[in-house]
Amino acid sequence: MTEPVLSVRDLRVEFASRRGTLRAIDGVSFDIAKGEVLGVVGESGAGKSVTGLSVIGLIDPPGRIAGGEIRLAGLRIDNLPPEEMRRIRGKRIGMIFQDPLTSLNPLYRVGDQIIETIRTHLNLSETAARRRAIDLLAEVGIPAPERRIDGYPHEFSGGMRQRVVIALAICAEPELIIADEPTTALDVSVQAQIISLIKRLGRDHGTAVMLVTHDMGVIAETSDRVAVMYAGRVAEIGPVQDVVRNPLHPYAKGLMGAIPTLAGDDKRLMQIPGSMPRLSAIPRGCSFNPRCAFAFDRCRVDRPEPLPRGAQSVACHLYDDVPTESAA
Amino acid sequence: MLAFTLRRAVQAIGVMFAVGIIAFSMFRFAGDPVNQIVSIDTSAAEREVVRKSLGLDDPVPVQFVRYFADAAQFKFGVSYQFRQPVSTLLMERMPATLELAVCATVFAMVFGILMGVYSALKRDTVLAKLFQAVSLVGISLPTFLIGILLIYLFAVTLGWLPSFGRGEVVKLGWWSTGLLTLSGLKALIMPSITLGLFQMTLIMRLVRAEMLEVLRTDYIRFARARGLTTRAIHFGHALKNTLIPVITVAGLQFGSVIAFSIITETVFQWPGMGLLFVQAVQNVDIPIMAAYLLMVSLIFVTINLVVDILYTVVDPRLRATVGRAT
Repeated sequence: MTEPVLSVRDLRVEFASRRGTLRAIDGVSFDIAKGEVLGVVGESGAGKSVTGLSVIGLIDPPGRIAGGEIRLAGLRIDNLPPEEMRRIRGKRIGMIFQDPLTSLNPLYRVGDQIIETIRTHLNLSETAARRRAIDLLAEVGIPAPERRIDGYPHEFSGGMRQRVVIALAICAEPELIIADEPTTALDVSVQAQIISLIKRLGRDHGTAVMLVTHDMGVIAETSDRVAVMYAGRVAEIGPVQDVVRNPLHPYAKGLMGAIPTLAGDDKRLMQIPGSMPRLSAIPRGCSFNPRCAFAFDRCRVDRPEPLPRGAQSVACHLYDDVPTESAA
Repeated sequence: MLAFTLRRAVQAIGVMFAVGIIAFSMFRFAGDPVNQIVSIDTSAAEREVVRKSLGLDDPVPVQFVRYFADAAQFKFGVSYQFRQPVSTLLMERMPATLELAVCATVFAMVFGILMGVYSALKRDTVLAKLFQAVSLVGISLPTFLIGILLIYLFAVTLGWLPSFGRGEVVKLGWWSTGLLTLSGLKALIMPSITLGLFQMTLIMRLVRAEMLEVLRTDYIRFARARGLTTRAIHFGHALKNTLIPVITVAGLQFGSVIAFSIITETVFQWPGMGLLFVQAVQNVDIPIMAAYLLMVSLIFVTINLVVDILYTVVDPRLRATVGRAT
């Protein structure tokens, strides 16, 4: 098997606050292979975005990576000096943020922003960079790119701006794209276009994609694998069909049950009672235990570690004593 | 764009008209100007001659129209104390005031922006905290006190800089400049600092606050995610976005720099319009006061107009998007 593009091992991210250290990410591990789309889902505050930001090295103080390692194609990047990490950002890892309306500098032409990024990372002349920028705009589906390249961000619609943002993220052919809720701020019809664009780009260029979202529909459509995060940990990770059709972790079950279907069955949607614990009050043992219908004594004491079960991997004591092989 | 400029220009003319009414009414309400001109023992008949020669016996609306028509051609009548046309007096004094105001503003902008950027980027350094403390002093100390302290330190104690006047000036046509001689430049230093210190601290605090605000925005985070260099992010992307409020304040402050130069000019005996105005107030020389009022408001209005136009240069969103928008 080839080396994964991104390999995160036992990542821990902490925020120093007045009331002590808050652990936002606590022992997260996952891999993304070349050309693979990993969906990361979870409620707000589960640590999805922080995971993405720590991969690209943009955790702002008082946050810091407190442990674990992040490897990009084998190279350890979580402890690189800032200047070397800057060279990786935008060149080897592209990032797309949630709100395209505020991601672009309003005072510069979109072309200048793309050319600036290209010339930061690639040794190209102004004219060559401009030609490349036009090609990129065409590739992300902006009509009349040779004209629109001289437009300002406010002259583009939200969906078009997100395309520009994507063009910026891929302008140096990165190996990995981190898309942090790329469709949340967009209309539903535009969402589908952006999702298929990200998917196509990943396929055409063999780019690995980490897609952070809370929208299970987007995950089901786009991802090859999915990681369900809860309170800074990965509750379950596995191929998307398996996790969607046959979720193992009670939290993942709850998430899947909460997706409305158009099939017409008039069952009530499932709800997960309660809400995610605050970082300052994460319960002992399994952090999901106060909301879990299946919790037993051990869940309140021991923290479950992720264990493989078939193609999936799940951190739940319910599956502890079941031999891995017999799971199907 | 042209329509916008024209609309603003028409508004500016309206403002000038209103100021003209106020300036004119000073003649009516600040006592009988004839008494200021003639001596105590002038006879009533002679007074009437003076009154007639100045047109002060005409009906008020006639006088107003005449005053306004003259003012539009920069004729402001004759000074009571100097017996010279006011416009000549103002023109003689204007270069001194404008040079001082421009130097003070340049000083304020350059140091204000540099210190503001520095204290935003290196928030926790000792120097940044020192800047903050200095800016507090600059905002709270009155201008005349700063001027006097500077004179005491650099002119009286150290003897490095002259304590008053413009030094040697060179005539360039009707414009007299102190920028071309060493003594003229030396004489400019302290008045410029005195006059510009308040604006400098204002700009510094503004730049710092705006910069901190901009550095938190999504497009700066995205610029970092694109791997741009820190320098490009701070000075290309962030600084340009802080400049709009800075242009506003610096532009509007340029007007008050000219207006406040009255105090600085008095402290340093700077032969500018402000000093002329102070002398005019002491002697109830109304033509000069009225003309000064009109001149200062003309400068204010012009600056406002220029600032409005400058906005559209910096911020493309304010530019008319005719033709480009699809």
